[in-house]
Amino acid sequence: MIIGAGPAGISAAKTLAAAGERPVVIDENVYPGGQIFRRPPAAFARNETQLYGFDASRARRLKSTFEAIAPSIEYRAETLVWSVEDRRLHVSTAGILKCMPFSRILLATGAMDRVIPINGWTAPGVFSLGAAQIALKAQATFIGKRVVFIGTGPLLYLVAYQYAKAGADVAAVLDSSKPFSKITALPALLADISNFSRGLFYVSQLRLRGVKIQTAIAPVEIVAGDRGVSSIRYEQSGQQGQSDCDAVAIGYGLRSETQLADLLGLSFQFDRRQRQWLPVTDGAGRTSVPHVYIAGDGASVRGSEVAEWEGELAALSLLEDMGRGSQKRASVLRRRIDSLSPFRRALDEHVFPFPHHFAEAIRDETIVCRCEGITAGQIRETVATTGEADINRIKAFSRLGMGRCQGRVCGAAACELIAATARTDISATGRLRGQAPLKPIPLSILAGDRR
Amino acid sequence: MTRFDVAIVGGGLAGCSAALHARLKGASVILLERGRCGGQASGVNYGGVRQQGRHPAELPLACRSRQIWGRLAELVGTDCEFTATGHLKLARNDADMQSLLAYRDIARDYGIDLEILSVADLQCRYPYLGDGYSGASLCAADGQANPRLAAPAFARKARELGVTVREHCELEHAEKVADGFQLTIKGEAEQLTAGRLINTAGAWGARVARWFGDEVDEQVMAPNMCVTEPVAPLIGPNLGICGGSIYLRQTKNGSVVFGAGLGVADADRLWARPLAHVSMEAARAAIAMVPQLANVLVVRTWTGIEGRMPDGLPVLGESRKAQGLFHAFGFSGHGFQLGPAVGAVLAELCLDGTSATPIDGLSLGRFGLARALASAPSMLPKQ
Repeated sequence: MIIGAGPAGISAAKTLAAAGERPVVIDENVYPGGQIFRRPPAAFARNETQLYGFDASRARRLKSTFEAIAPSIEYRAETLVWSVEDRRLHVSTAGILKCMPFSRILLATGAMDRVIPINGWTAPGVFSLGAAQIALKAQATFIGKRVVFIGTGPLLYLVAYQYAKAGADVAAVLDSSKPFSKITALPALLADISNFSRGLFYVSQLRLRGVKIQTAIAPVEIVAGDRGVSSIRYEQSGQQGQSDCDAVAIGYGLRSETQLADLLGLSFQFDRRQRQWLPVTDGAGRTSVPHVYIAGDGASVRGSEVAEWEGELAALSLLEDMGRGSQKRASVLRRRIDSLSPFRRALDEHVFPFPHHFAEAIRDETIVCRCEGITAGQIRETVATTGEADINRIKAFSRLGMGRCQGRVCGAAACELIAATARTDISATGRLRGQAPLKPIPLSILAGDRR
Repeated sequence: MTRFDVAIVGGGLAGCSAALHARLKGASVILLERGRCGGQASGVNYGGVRQQGRHPAELPLACRSRQIWGRLAELVGTDCEFTATGHLKLARNDADMQSLLAYRDIARDYGIDLEILSVADLQCRYPYLGDGYSGASLCAADGQANPRLAAPAFARKARELGVTVREHCELEHAEKVADGFQLTIKGEAEQLTAGRLINTAGAWGARVARWFGDEVDEQVMAPNMCVTEPVAPLIGPNLGICGGSIYLRQTKNGSVVFGAGLGVADADRLWARPLAHVSMEAARAAIAMVPQLANVLVVRTWTGIEGRMPDGLPVLGESRKAQGLFHAFGFSGHGFQLGPAVGAVLAELCLDGTSATPIDGLSLGRFGLARALASAPSMLPKQ
């Protein structure tokens, strides 16, 4: 059983199929490809080059890989995993529930945006970077006419560039980091020259198109009225700045989707660089639970190329545990993955560090948990009055993370806020416990009622 | 060696309330909790504050508890979201109606007012209810509260008043000594002594009792709970049904909490999980009860470990084997409402030697005869 049909999931499926297995691939999306190679509906005729730029050839290759293995695998599109119990997966497809037994499972669940709330982020017209990209890739539309991109990370420049290239008016790119400023990071960045030069290309293309790029900024607020977003205010070396816009895409890097890993009982450890709890692995996709394997951004955010190699590596580990692995290929993959880790470390630590100190500056009236309407002030007060710093206790006392997003959107920033308020290390806030259903599911579907 | 008047093992609602009430009586108190206060049954239950439908042996306790629930803000500084929404118990058929009528008379003896409602009353007053009920019984004084808040609130208040509340602190063993009890804490060399010991260890209560020779069968149970996204105010009273297959309520913030059936639990591993097929069954029952919930999103399911006694009633009272040891455990899935009064009664029993609240039917001794009979064959000489 493979969960996720992004680069990691597809390459794992290919590896297993090549070994004569018939994996079941569970995918929430309509088409395989994951977030990075998300496809529009067939009616929207846009080719790979338009959709994926530099990644077009990889997208084509992954697509043809998938087509080639399609007869040898069982692909379940638009299928949501809502629970797992021991070796039974509970899924929902088009409103029908099914229980699927498995003997081994490989998680390729990917990642999602990491957001730090600011005043106005809940206004109509504000999207996460990932959502802005989905609008473009899957719906061939923009989130607004004049868009500001704010946050940090490779995706910030990529999506801004994709918007600009597709004809959107990109009002500004506001980066909390000061990328490319650390000479010390340069050797590590050159370890992945192609990715590094892509980054430079996006920046130069944006500049060529006259897009304002501001670095080392701190967001102040998104100004929004009855008709939605009108501008965003920020600070830069003590100066106030403002960009007029009608939409904002916001994202400070990515965080791994680990809810399923949690439900499967995997051991976790705190990753200082990514500032989140990640499943413990042996470096080859094995986890602390013998029949569970993991690959890609869901194990640790390292990008789609590494995800692809990790998918294959985890599948090889799985095969080896069944008594039929190829160690030679596995060591090639491990070397490749290792060779890129200095690049990733440089990105995380020097180029696009996660600005966790922003959480400290969130204003008391800013909503952190939008599902339940819990403000930063309420969270601070809960920490102060209860003396608690554990995210699950704060959740229990304040309703933080109890709503529809189940803490996926607000959890990361809330942990930072709690840690800052309680003056404790971020790792001491713990992690939100995973609970079924992994994503909200209507009562009628749970009841098997097909109305 | 540190000495306390009262030591309490188990920081659930009963334990935290016992700590607070014992402190209010002037005793020096230590509360030992292996995890976090309210982390097990007290914090993960349904949150019903219900007198209606209880066994008569529990009713005096339930009535006293209801009084405490009503003045919670005064006692612990927060109302723990307690609201007297009423508790409506639905009848599935005429036989159920007969039993509701009979129960009304029992409840009246304890000063609890129950109103019997006809089908027409139901349709008029609660139009959102599904079809097929024969009527109901309403206890207007009953209601609901937020279980996540209650035990921690009692613990906080107790601590404020000087109780030593030690969390992440596991009692490894306790034994009776001449002037009370000697307590060994896991990983700590220094021992504690206490004049009295209160056992509110929940699903682990029978294990503590066994240290002193109080043998009793306690099983574990894990109520399977579900909660939806918030929806507009729809459901007034806390809803139950004769036969107890489902219970459902809407909270002040709009979420609908419901439970039906059991998940799985392992008391040794401190592990409990809801079960998918039980949640699915619960969803069917919830829609049958309130059809308008069909398209509401379920956002979470959960469970926790509770102790269950063979007859479904808790153990409450002094040990038969160790003087000064008081038990309150095995609440069998309905201890939340009772918790505050259980604590008050425990404080009275151990500090005053008596309580005005009758708890006769809840003693550990009630299992004695059954146990003796069950174990009799093993006492016979081998053939």
